[in-house]
Amino acid sequence: MHSFLRAYPTESKLLAVLLVICAALSLASPDFLTLVNFSSLLNNNAVNVIWAVGLLVVLIAGGIDISFAVAASVVQYLCVYAFAGIGGGNWALGFLFAGGFGLMLGLINAFLIHQFRIISIVVTISTFNAFFGLLMFFSSGRFLYNLPSWWSQRVILWEYQTASGTWAELILPVAVMASAMLATWVLIRRTTTGRQLYAFGDNPEGARRAGIPIGLMQAIAFGWCGMMAGIGGLMQAHITKEVIPNALIGRELEVLAAVVLGGARLGGGRGSVLGCFLGVLLVAITQNGLNLLGVSPYAFKMVVGIIILLAISTSNLDPAKWFETRKEDRK
Amino acid sequence: MTAEARSDALRLTHVTKIFGGVTALDDVAFSVGAGEVHCLAGENGSGKSTLIKIITGVYQPEPGAGMQIFGQDYPRITPTQARMAGIAVIWQDLALFAEMTVAENIAFETLLGNRPRPVSYARLRADAQAALAQLDVGLDLDARLGSLPIAQRQIVAIARALVSDARLIFMDEPTASLTQSETDALLAVVRTLSARGVAVVFVSHRLAEVLDISSRVTVLRDGRLVGVYPTEGMTQSRLTELMTGASFAQGVMARDTASQPEVLRIDGLGRAGDYSDISLTLRAGEVLGLTGLIGAGRTELCHTLFGMTRADRGTITLNGRDLRMTSNRDAVAEGIAYVSEDRLALGLIQPQSIADNAVLAVLRKITSSAGLLSSQKKEDTVSHWISELAVKIGKPSDAVSTLSGGNQQRVVLAKWLATEPKVLILDCPTVGVDVGARAGIFRIVRALAEKGLAILLVSDEVPEVYMNADRVLHMAGGRIVAEWDPRQTGLTDMEAAVYA
Repeated sequence: MHSFLRAYPTESKLLAVLLVICAALSLASPDFLTLVNFSSLLNNNAVNVIWAVGLLVVLIAGGIDISFAVAASVVQYLCVYAFAGIGGGNWALGFLFAGGFGLMLGLINAFLIHQFRIISIVVTISTFNAFFGLLMFFSSGRFLYNLPSWWSQRVILWEYQTASGTWAELILPVAVMASAMLATWVLIRRTTTGRQLYAFGDNPEGARRAGIPIGLMQAIAFGWCGMMAGIGGLMQAHITKEVIPNALIGRELEVLAAVVLGGARLGGGRGSVLGCFLGVLLVAITQNGLNLLGVSPYAFKMVVGIIILLAISTSNLDPAKWFETRKEDRK
Repeated sequence: MTAEARSDALRLTHVTKIFGGVTALDDVAFSVGAGEVHCLAGENGSGKSTLIKIITGVYQPEPGAGMQIFGQDYPRITPTQARMAGIAVIWQDLALFAEMTVAENIAFETLLGNRPRPVSYARLRADAQAALAQLDVGLDLDARLGSLPIAQRQIVAIARALVSDARLIFMDEPTASLTQSETDALLAVVRTLSARGVAVVFVSHRLAEVLDISSRVTVLRDGRLVGVYPTEGMTQSRLTELMTGASFAQGVMARDTASQPEVLRIDGLGRAGDYSDISLTLRAGEVLGLTGLIGAGRTELCHTLFGMTRADRGTITLNGRDLRMTSNRDAVAEGIAYVSEDRLALGLIQPQSIADNAVLAVLRKITSSAGLLSSQKKEDTVSHWISELAVKIGKPSDAVSTLSGGNQQRVVLAKWLATEPKVLILDCPTVGVDVGARAGIFRIVRALAEKGLAILLVSDEVPEVYMNADRVLHMAGGRIVAEWDPRQTGLTDMEAAVYA
């Protein structure tokens, strides 16, 4: 417990805040602490978590990616046409194609950043515009509804009828979310490559001197983010059963905010999968709670913005330190 | 091959390196014995760094050079080969990872490699522990590196070299940011290393601390080998002469200033946790030295005098008037200027031009009646101070980052002198500045004092205040514990008191 607090100070604080909010909401609304509400929270936020863990890897490596949500839209279109081309497809091919297309888009970012030594925010703002422009140009803004049936048909993993007769259920994206979290955790915590990513984000010059291949680090970070973007796109279309070119634009900032809320640092070298999950959840639960309490949806973004500001501005406060100085004063 | 040659860790002969027509190294020989503690001395630009980069395979020497590492000849060497041969360099910036744990930093070598492998945190800790045990040092393996003081980070960097089986470690300016007791701890670690057969080369231009435990010193100047000397009987002043090729008059500069009018007076100044009961006077034309170890409260006192923090008790009087300052803007308006300790980070805006930096503190003075910056007034101010301080520059529009350390320091001085202060506070003005350039800075300080400026010279190098101040105050534990007159108290007595 103590070692967890020490290794994950931000995550611990976030967890504590989350528990307080949950406790307050369960007192304020009888609908909050229910199986139905929690399963739908997970279903609705699985895609954001998938994107968040992808973006996390980029942030750890000291970069930032603005283009991933638009890249997810591009992947959705490419997939629809690819599956029409091969006449069907299935889930295995779906993940392969979505992940593969996403990976390629991510590698474009990595290539530009490494080859021309441009900072990642500039590159990904450019590719954000380029990807979106190309998508609108070639799709002419058309919506696509002709998804293969395996893709658009709801896959229910678990369901349960509550005493009141309503159904609680978990759908495929939740399992994909769990896999994405596990894979990312293994990558960044349990492999040498992951530790090199942390080192590279923390001190690029030190990493370079130690012999870490910089180009490979960029490729892994942005490739991973692109792959997760693609898989998240596949899941998002699975939930909405349609592909709309401008449906995902703007989601990148929402996810970025959640990841930063979860303790990742824009300077690189810090961040965890657990933090990402808690960050997404905190935003989601706050919105969910406001919804249940009947607050106007127009107020949601304002409240979420305030929460993020509070979290970021208090993240440098260390309660342990106040305690220490108090003790010294007494002496 | 003689027996002596065989026991050498490193033997370089006829090393020459030319960068586009500029000879950085000219037929230099360098050798280090196995387990020897060696000093490589030279000013910035003398070729020390080039030599290390050749040894570590970053640069290739010109043909004709001979390189032998632990008895094996290397016609050319790559960085990987150098590492495999047991050579490690601990750069001044240490190249560590602040967000990672101590264990990960020490055993970082085991995390390298392009092919992903599973990480065993248990092995990582065991490797780190073993390296620390070799150094007889205990550190918390799970602490975040960024939470450690700089001295402990240095230990981590040394331990990291040991994990990669280094047998010859170069340390670049190892004592630059350490206090005396931290330096002593570092030297103890170096002794342990040496006893285990690991050779250590100190690369520095500040070698007084390390002369004792080294056996030989190699001196470079302008890319040439000046010579290799036994450290026995070597002194810092002799070494300075060898490094600069000039002999500095080592006389004490102190004069009697008691008859001068009082400019600044501090009575019973105190601030909880920083300093207490500080009383002093500073006279016109006087250089008042303030010395003490890092953490003695010197910089904290400077911050209060410059209006950045407020004292809890006591008074500051400037020219007979009580000072109440709420910010450093007030201090500048009252005629107090402060040249901070961390000149590179805080004193200058590196990418901006020399001219822009020089007028930064006086923007209001160089505006025209319309409220816009006047380029004529700016030019006048800049050219006045550049000639006054003899700054060696190309054009005033060049970036400050293109200047050498000594000239950057002059630009900082120019910036503050342009405010026409009555009191100038210099906080460790020679950190990171060459021996030769230091003399130049102190000549300027003395000239400014002659013109009637009251100067508070803060330094943790006792010889510096001893040489250049009229009076010396010793600060320890937040209090002023002694006042010395350099004409009456010798340097050794002062050093004994401060470093005790």
